[in-house]
Amino acid sequence: MNAPHDPSCVGAVAAQKVHFGEPLRLKGGAELPAYDLAYETYGELNAARSNAVLVCHALNASHHVAGYYAEDTKNVGWWDNLVGPGKPLDTRRFFVVGSNYIGSCFGSTGPASINPASGKPWGADFPVVTVEDWVEAQARLADHLGIERFAAVIGGSLGAMQALQWTLSYPERIRHSIVIAAAARLTPQNIAFNEVARQAIMTDPDFHGGHYYEKGVVPTRGLRIARMIGHITYLSGEAMAEKFGRLLRRGAPGFDFDVDFEIESYLRYQGDKFSTYFDANTYLRITKALDYFDPAADYGGNLSAALARAKAAFLVVSFKSDWRFPPARSREMVRALLDNRRIVSYLEIDAPGGHDAFLLEDARYHKALAAYFANIEL
Amino acid sequence: MRADLSAIVRWVAPEARVLDLGCGDGSLLRTLWQERRAPGYGVEIDDAAVLECVHNDVNVLQVDLESGLSLFADRSFDCVILSETLQTIHRTELLMREMLRVGREVIVSFPNFGHWSARLQVVLGHMPVSETLPYEWYETPNVHHCTIVDFEHLCQRLDVRIRERLVLHRGKAVSWLPNLRGSVAVYRCTADS
Repeated sequence: MNAPHDPSCVGAVAAQKVHFGEPLRLKGGAELPAYDLAYETYGELNAARSNAVLVCHALNASHHVAGYYAEDTKNVGWWDNLVGPGKPLDTRRFFVVGSNYIGSCFGSTGPASINPASGKPWGADFPVVTVEDWVEAQARLADHLGIERFAAVIGGSLGAMQALQWTLSYPERIRHSIVIAAAARLTPQNIAFNEVARQAIMTDPDFHGGHYYEKGVVPTRGLRIARMIGHITYLSGEAMAEKFGRLLRRGAPGFDFDVDFEIESYLRYQGDKFSTYFDANTYLRITKALDYFDPAADYGGNLSAALARAKAAFLVVSFKSDWRFPPARSREMVRALLDNRRIVSYLEIDAPGGHDAFLLEDARYHKALAAYFANIEL
Repeated sequence: MRADLSAIVRWVAPEARVLDLGCGDGSLLRTLWQERRAPGYGVEIDDAAVLECVHNDVNVLQVDLESGLSLFADRSFDCVILSETLQTIHRTELLMREMLRVGREVIVSFPNFGHWSARLQVVLGHMPVSETLPYEWYETPNVHHCTIVDFEHLCQRLDVRIRERLVLHRGKAVSWLPNLRGSVAVYRCTADS
């Protein structure tokens, strides 16, 4: 589908990295003395520098948004169905920047990087980072790329929280914010899922309090379980039933504890795959960033007051089958934006995919995004 | 443009904040912006219509009117418009109350079931089908038909003050026997306080 000759694919791309020597003061109080940020770009920045769109990624993804790597053509960007020539976020018109975040395990400075103070990997000593910190780092990336103001910042889920935070941290530097499958703060239920995932990792005997790199081990079991829990919440019950039903792997119940049902096999497969490429310390920090995100916290819980300084136009999108961040959570944001008389449109898409629907191709969803982007003046 | 919509455009004050319920493709909002500099939002549930609104660069909110207008704060709009949508609403009273809560002024238009051709068709034993009521009974999205007299009774019951009324047939104003000769009615109302 995304073969190298596909004209709607951006083609072979290369990840880039920028080093910042200026320290970054983090919301949690710690300071990163220096750091790298990984990113990719697609399309060309126009002469007026008015066509840049920042794509923020969610929990397990990276700055590899579109295209593929020449040396690994199967490694296709996570939002390749959205970004490319002729696609809803059209790279013939927009200069698209996919940014990683600090604390990641995909090239930016994170827990597996070397701590200059000790000469050893940061491990547990890497500070807890927040959505606000990520936006700070992305603003420096924008400076580095010569982008004064983004035409749009777009993201789904945790990526959407960054798109929202951009309008608060840098109201003058973003014209449109596209907030998909998100919430302005997590519910206790969301936090509970994250805590189970963290506990799975931290109680793994191979975790070693976060200093497992020097022991040459990986808390694989914890990561697996964390990912399995995540996956349950990303799919809707309906999508899970549709995809797996009660199909038995071996045709009949085994009356043992091997894989019986297809859904078990799927979760084990996803867990295994994830534990080979994702870093446990990163996972802990990302779930914390999710838990802490709450722009209304400084305003007595009043989201309308918190969003008063936003100036961007908003497109908010939710999916009816998403029970992790259900439509009601998006409507809270829309309500707060209406209270502030902001320009906002809201789409509630009746797609079956659950939280993951934001990654999937759905004609209504993609056509609406295409129409929205087409109306952004350059 | 539909005759009731031209009346609505005339009634909306310049630069008024407008909420258009059941806004379709957003063309009324676009006209209000172009002719009145009235910024607004549309509410629409239909996927295809919502997409048209995005195409037309109109603020659209895809929510169900039947669940009320909880997205909107009290008195947050100068004018709330419900054009030819009243007859499709199940919870008519709730929506009317909500419109009056959210807007300082409400504009409602609907097809008049009291028009003589509708009455005649019923007398002859059929559900009416006409220019303003274009659906057969088995395919109509309409659930609550009313006449001009009926609507005014409802306004009375809800303490709604009618500020202005325009009854139309084929684009022309009807002043003599409006409930018999008018096929569309347009009202401008406020809460009676």
